[in-house]
Amino acid sequence: MKLAVLSGKGGTGKTFISVNLVNSAENANYYDCDVEEPNGDLFFKSKLLQELPVKVKMPNFDKEKCNACHECVEACTFNALALIGKDMLLFEDVCHSCGVCTLVCKQKAITEVDKEVGIIQVGEFGNSKIVTGKLNMGQSSGVPVISGVLDLIEEDKLNVIDCPPGSACSVVESTQKADYCLIVAEPTSFGFHNFKMVEQLAKVLNKPFAVVVNKAESKNNMISAYCKKNDIKVLETFFFNRKIAQDNSRGEICTSFDNKMKDRFVSLLESIKDDWQRSLK
Amino acid sequence: MKKILILSGKGGTGKTTVAASLIEYLNSKTIADCDVDAPNLHLILKVKDPKEKDFIGSQKAFIDVDKCISCGECAEKCRFDAIHPFEGSYKVDEISCEGCSLCSLVCPVSAVSFYDDKSGTLQKYTGTYDFSTACLKLGRGNSGKLVSEVKRNMIIAETEEYAVLDGSPGIGCPVIASISGVDWVLLVAEPTLSGFSDLKRIVTTAKAFELKMGLCVNKADINMEITNEIIDYCKDEGVYYLGLIPYDKTVLKALKSSKLIIDIPCEAGNALRNVFKEFKQVLENEK
Repeated sequence: MKLAVLSGKGGTGKTFISVNLVNSAENANYYDCDVEEPNGDLFFKSKLLQELPVKVKMPNFDKEKCNACHECVEACTFNALALIGKDMLLFEDVCHSCGVCTLVCKQKAITEVDKEVGIIQVGEFGNSKIVTGKLNMGQSSGVPVISGVLDLIEEDKLNVIDCPPGSACSVVESTQKADYCLIVAEPTSFGFHNFKMVEQLAKVLNKPFAVVVNKAESKNNMISAYCKKNDIKVLETFFFNRKIAQDNSRGEICTSFDNKMKDRFVSLLESIKDDWQRSLK
Repeated sequence: MKKILILSGKGGTGKTTVAASLIEYLNSKTIADCDVDAPNLHLILKVKDPKEKDFIGSQKAFIDVDKCISCGECAEKCRFDAIHPFEGSYKVDEISCEGCSLCSLVCPVSAVSFYDDKSGTLQKYTGTYDFSTACLKLGRGNSGKLVSEVKRNMIIAETEEYAVLDGSPGIGCPVIASISGVDWVLLVAEPTLSGFSDLKRIVTTAKAFELKMGLCVNKADINMEITNEIIDYCKDEGVYYLGLIPYDKTVLKALKSSKLIIDIPCEAGNALRNVFKEFKQVLENEK
């Protein structure tokens, strides 16, 4: 099973929920797709097994062959190329590695070379694999790193995908191949507003989904009221708890030492699996 | 006129709460929300009825099934895995398509055309503020381009002293687009291992732009040890340390009643005022 953990708003507790789900499952892997700010391994502190660079293709120009015909500059829809005199200039930040310039060059003056944009770390924590995507600083798109992280999914396990915040392309990339989405929502006006955006996203992507309310002050809150009205399942509600917040700040996994929390996460896992099975029928 | 951008790296540290109060404290009328894929500033400022404009971020490919001979060349060559077999022909997935036009170049029968894709809505609130923001269409890329457009839509009056821009979490394209051209970054840090790790990534990213940075630690008492490490880190990195804000449930209450935290006499509100006082002093001293 591939389980995507989403939120819309940042800081609602995606990583908290994801890490504890993995820690409470018999046979689960963790995939950190929040590649701009990956944090899951700060909790697992896994034993590093492997580091895989993530590369994208960038055009490289052969000055001898280029006849300054301008064809590639015209064809690039991202305006990533400019011709200054007889020199080709590439704006790497806006290049999408689409391959159009290489295709249109009649002189065969363009070849593609690899450029590293990030790294994927694979670690071991008990029998779980901890896979972390890290975007290099200064790079703008995390999508190739996310795609590389998800290539390491193991179908026979529970794969927990910790998604980035927001509702843009990186979230879609992280969620697209998931079987089920768990939305972690915070009952504040900001949290509610962004929750509705991801709810929409799960619907557009046609994914079964349910909600966990985090940092609540009561069982009856604006998220639970909305979910009840719209027939959305709330599988669990965690209250704000200073002790948990402090443990979490130190990178501790609460289900490792708090049996009550462990029980709650085990039954949350059961609810998720049951709800997913039901959605398949 | 100084442009001040609020950033944090990690999400949920309190950027928008700090931004809304800073706008009031500095009496700033020219403002923007650059967090285009999860905008929230409008919720707390009680602004209404923005003027809206479609934002065309790119074009998307469309395959004419009557012309398509189902050779599959486009699907095979597409770098974004955006074209898939569909009902005996091929179909473009509008979310994955980046509009590069490679498919139309390899199509032997010219079955591919392009259409303008609305990737978001630009919004402009007027009245109390000149407030520029936008809402990215679900799942769209181009958020960096949209952020640049949000900034272009800000009308910077010469008489105004400060413009405040609320940023987005992360270090990627919307953040990079929001940083360029601002004078100051105000960082809202959170004393957790995650928050500190993310803070280092945003500081390193922002440093390339050679701008000035100030920092406050929010929810500081959750972990004083990390809070102290963050303060030391500021000194090492040349970031102005402006003060601490304690964890205070009044912040949640303020949010619920759409009030600004600096308008409520409470621990967090008072601490934030002190942070702003310090910040304003630093801003005035550099004149």
